[in-house]
Amino acid sequence: MAEPTGAIEARKLTRRYGDLTAVDRVSFAVRPGEIFGFLGPNGAGKSTTVRMLTGYVSPTEGTALLDGHDIVTDALAARRRLGVVPEEGNVYVDLTVWQNLMLMAELHGVPRSRRTRYGDELLTRFGLSDRRASKGRTLSKGLRQRLMLCMALVGSPAIIFLDEPTSGLDVASARLIRETVARMNREDGLTVFLTTHNLEEANQLCHRVAIINRGQIAAVDTPQALRGAIEARRSVEVTFLEPPDERPKVADRAATVESFAGGTGFRIYGREPGPAAQEIAAWATARGLRIESICTRAPSLEDVFLHLTATPPVPGGQPADAPR
Amino acid sequence: MWLQDRRPSTVWRQQVHAALVIAKKDAMIYYLKAPVFTFGLIFPVFFFLAFAVGRAVPAHSLVPGMLAMALFFTASAVGPLITPWERQARTWERLVTSPASLESILLGDLIAAAGFGTAVFLLPLILGVTATSARIAAPVELVLGLLMGSIAFAALGVLLAARATDTPSEVMMLSNLVRLPLIFVSGVFVPLAEMGSWGRWIAPLSPLSYCADLLRGALGEAQFFPTWVSVVALAAFTAGFFALARLLHARQRRRA
Repeated sequence: MAEPTGAIEARKLTRRYGDLTAVDRVSFAVRPGEIFGFLGPNGAGKSTTVRMLTGYVSPTEGTALLDGHDIVTDALAARRRLGVVPEEGNVYVDLTVWQNLMLMAELHGVPRSRRTRYGDELLTRFGLSDRRASKGRTLSKGLRQRLMLCMALVGSPAIIFLDEPTSGLDVASARLIRETVARMNREDGLTVFLTTHNLEEANQLCHRVAIINRGQIAAVDTPQALRGAIEARRSVEVTFLEPPDERPKVADRAATVESFAGGTGFRIYGREPGPAAQEIAAWATARGLRIESICTRAPSLEDVFLHLTATPPVPGGQPADAPR
Repeated sequence: MWLQDRRPSTVWRQQVHAALVIAKKDAMIYYLKAPVFTFGLIFPVFFFLAFAVGRAVPAHSLVPGMLAMALFFTASAVGPLITPWERQARTWERLVTSPASLESILLGDLIAAAGFGTAVFLLPLILGVTATSARIAAPVELVLGLLMGSIAFAALGVLLAARATDTPSEVMMLSNLVRLPLIFVSGVFVPLAEMGSWGRWIAPLSPLSYCADLLRGALGEAQFFPTWVSVVALAAFTAGFFALARLLHARQRRRA
C-alpha cells in the first residue's frame, strides 16, 4: 500500500446498500493542519462518507487512513486520533455537563491528573463553566453543541470531524464555535473535517473544499480556485429605486438575468461584468431610471456548488467540469 | 498519551479500562434509579409469595428458586434495553466512534448488569434465610451460583440488546418471550430431579437451570448436576451469548 500522504486519506471509499451505491470510489486527501470542507446536496453521500471515516459504518470497498492508521484493519488506533461532533446532538441527557465530559476523557484514556484540568479549560473556553452541574436534558441546542465540541476536544485529538456544527444555532453560538475551531486550527494545528450546508461558513473557514454529488467527488480545491473556475458565473448586481418596465439588456448574448428584491434588483451573469456594468448604466440613463447601487461580483461558493451539483457525475468517477 | 502505546498488554488494559468506564456510565444512567431497584426487589418477592401462599410446600424449599429468579430477572432486566435506548438517543454512535472496541462496549454493559444483579440478590437472600428455615450450607456453591449466574444472565441481556432496532419496546417483547418460558423449564419452581422426563431434556438448555441447581446446593438441598458441570455450563452460555452478540453487532455495522 502506498505511504499515507495526509492526516485523512480516503482511498476509493465505497458504500453500497443493495443496488444503491451511496458512495462511489471516493478518494481525497486532507493535509495535517488543514480545515477541509465537505459539501454536497442532501443525499449526496456526505454523511455516509463521514460515518465510514469515523468508524460507525464499514466500507463496502476501499479504505481510508486517519493519521496513518487504516480504518478497516487498525480501527481502534484510527479512532484514538479522532474527535467527532455529529449533526444530531448525542450528549447523555441523564448525565451532567461535567459527567459527559469526563466520560469521553476516560474513554480516550486521558490521565486523571490531566482530565480535570482539560475539562475546566474547555468549559471555560466554551462558556459552560456555570453549567457544569446541569443535566444534558436541560441544555439548549446551542449549549449542547458547545458541550459536544468540548467532548470531542477533551481527548486532544489530532483530527476532528464536525458535521453541520452551527446548524440551527444562534449567531453568537455559531460565531463562538467558528472562531474557536479556527483558533485551534491556527494555534494547535488541529486538522478539521467540516461538513456544512452553510457555504459562507465553508468559504470563510476552509483551506480547501470537496464537493460530492451523487456519491462521487465533483471537485476538490480552494474556495478561491473553485470560484475562479466558474467564469460564466461572474455577475453585475444592480438595484433601482423603482422597478423598471423591462429587464436590463447587455450586448453579451450568453448573459443571463435574474431579478430579486421585488423586481427592483437584477443580477446579470456573464464573462465580462465590467463592460456589462457600463452597458447597464447607459441603458438606465437612456430610460431615465435611477440606480440605487451597482457592483460586480465574483462567483460565490454557492454558485460553484449549484453549478457542479446540477451536472450529473461522469461514470468512472472522473468529476465533470472540475477545475484543472 | 498512554493510548499511543501499542503493546498488546497495554491495548488489553486500555480496553478493560474502557469496559469499566462504560459499566460506570450504565450504572449512573440505567441502574442507580429507584424504580429499577424497586423492580429488582419486589418482583421476586411477589413471585415467591405467589407460590408459597396457600401451598403445602415448605417455604424454605422455595427459597433457592426465588433467589435464582431474582438473579435472573435483575441481571437481564435492563441490559436488553440499553443498546436500543442508546441507538434512539444517538449516543450509540458516540460509543462506537470512540476508542472503545465493540467488545469493550459489550463487556461494559455485561459488567454493569451482573453487578446490579449481584447487588440486588443480597436482599432476597437475607429475606430467605431470616424469614424461613433456609440456611447457607455450601458457601462455595452460593458464590459460584451468584457470580456465574449473574454473568451468564447479563450476557443473555447483552445478546437480546444486539437486535438491530432503536425501539426499546420491540426488545422488551422479545426479552419477555425468551425469559418467561425459561423460568418454567429451569427447575425454579420444581427441582430438576422431580420434573418429568420432558423437563429433564429441556432444562439443560437453560442457563437458569444450572444457577438454580447451584443455589439449591448452596442452601443444603440435593443438586441435580455436579457443581463443576453447572460452572462449565454457565461459562459456556456466557461465552456463547457474548460471541453471538458480537457477531450480530458486526453484521449490523456491515449492513448499516
